[in-house]
Amino acid sequence: MNYFYYPGCSLEASAIEYDTSTRAVMKALGAELVNIDDWTCCGATAAEPVSPLLSYALAARNLALAESRKLGWDILVPCSACYVNLKKAELEPRSDPVLKSQLIEILAVEGLTLKGSLRVRHLLDIFSTDINPEAINKNRTRDLAGLKLAPYYGCQCLRPYAIFDDPEEPRSMEPFIRATGADVFNWDMGAQCCGASQMSTKPDSALLLVKNILKQAKGTDAIVTVCPMCQLNLEAFQKQASTLASEDLSVSVLYLPQVLGLAMGLSWENLLLAKNLSLKQRLSTTLKQVAHAQLSA
Amino acid sequence: MININTVKDMVKTCMQCGTCTGSCPNAPAMDATPRKLWQMVLSGKTDQIYKTKTFAMCSWCYTCTLRCPRGLPLTRAMTLLKTLAIQSDIPGFRSSARFYKSFVESIRRHGRVRETEFMTLYFLAMKNPLLPVRFSPLGMKLLQKNKLDLRLPSRPGLGNLEAFFLKVREIEERS
Repeated sequence: MNYFYYPGCSLEASAIEYDTSTRAVMKALGAELVNIDDWTCCGATAAEPVSPLLSYALAARNLALAESRKLGWDILVPCSACYVNLKKAELEPRSDPVLKSQLIEILAVEGLTLKGSLRVRHLLDIFSTDINPEAINKNRTRDLAGLKLAPYYGCQCLRPYAIFDDPEEPRSMEPFIRATGADVFNWDMGAQCCGASQMSTKPDSALLLVKNILKQAKGTDAIVTVCPMCQLNLEAFQKQASTLASEDLSVSVLYLPQVLGLAMGLSWENLLLAKNLSLKQRLSTTLKQVAHAQLSA
Repeated sequence: MININTVKDMVKTCMQCGTCTGSCPNAPAMDATPRKLWQMVLSGKTDQIYKTKTFAMCSWCYTCTLRCPRGLPLTRAMTLLKTLAIQSDIPGFRSSARFYKSFVESIRRHGRVRETEFMTLYFLAMKNPLLPVRFSPLGMKLLQKNKLDLRLPSRPGLGNLEAFFLKVREIEERS
């Protein structure tokens, strides 16, 4: 299992724990990740409104860089916003020759070419398609039994490109949560929107979305995410959401590879669990106990 | 050039069923529902469109795009309205426009975005002394976890994306 790895800007700073835990888990599963040298921002949700062509071009630049290595590997993308941008640059030039020739002209400025031969894949796609949950179970040295975890998929790993899961009622995280020994918390909010970058530009409406999600998470030990934007919105605005709801909505929020890594015996430090903005004391204590008690053979 | 007719073409087979409105998580916060917005686009009521907050409230969840029985690219149409609002400097969209432009400026300068730099650019563009206050609780949380990198992005010294951006602009202007 070899992949190009596109971290995206968030994973270098505010979501550093997502980057570190993804790399650690993929390594433990025997996958090799190769960085795309000189990768640049995908444009996030900001470039498209400023210039639709720029948004394609920024994403295509990264595909062209990976392609120039002539290895033919899929590109692993952990961030859902990066994923959707890179995916559209993979798919749309195929059916839009004008766009394709524009992108070729832009990339030529840096001596790059775009054939469009590489597949862009979200981390969750790679887990659910290439990696059998049994591989987690087989590598498991710890048991998360007794924990109820709520899978949260968000939007852009599911929509508009419905590739590896049901875009309305996703289930792909469930076998992986069960493979750690934990139970899946059943709720209807897994594919609902967290507000994404609207939390900065239209905070009132985004906070309403976050409040609705957190409200339904009552009774779970943690929400599990696969996107740095979802993670930040769900973990960083709990106080404001609680005020809005007139009740305590605080809840732990973890990245999926952090959960898998814990079960697979990776250390607290290796998964950067100290970096999460919302890890409740009770769960933190439980997870530390789990981390110290290896499963007996 | 992109104009309102580009958006009109994208939604021209809209049959006003309202599935978009029923699917939109932000519809409760909108003054006109997405269905009504498409009606305004179809009947060429450009002034009305820019008076609504509707397109500005779209958070790119793509649920309307997924469910539209006509298969219309509605999320993209919403984004194009944002593009047009930026190009026409619509007062109601100025704050969002400055946010997006500050983000893009950070990409142009370094190829990658540092939250600290682009937020500084945004605050400077907004000239509102109270705005940083709204973001300070988040900033403090990130700072406490040592997650705010005050250095510029790590991309090894290959310069900015100036030529790349200029080429994009050149193609946009001639097409």
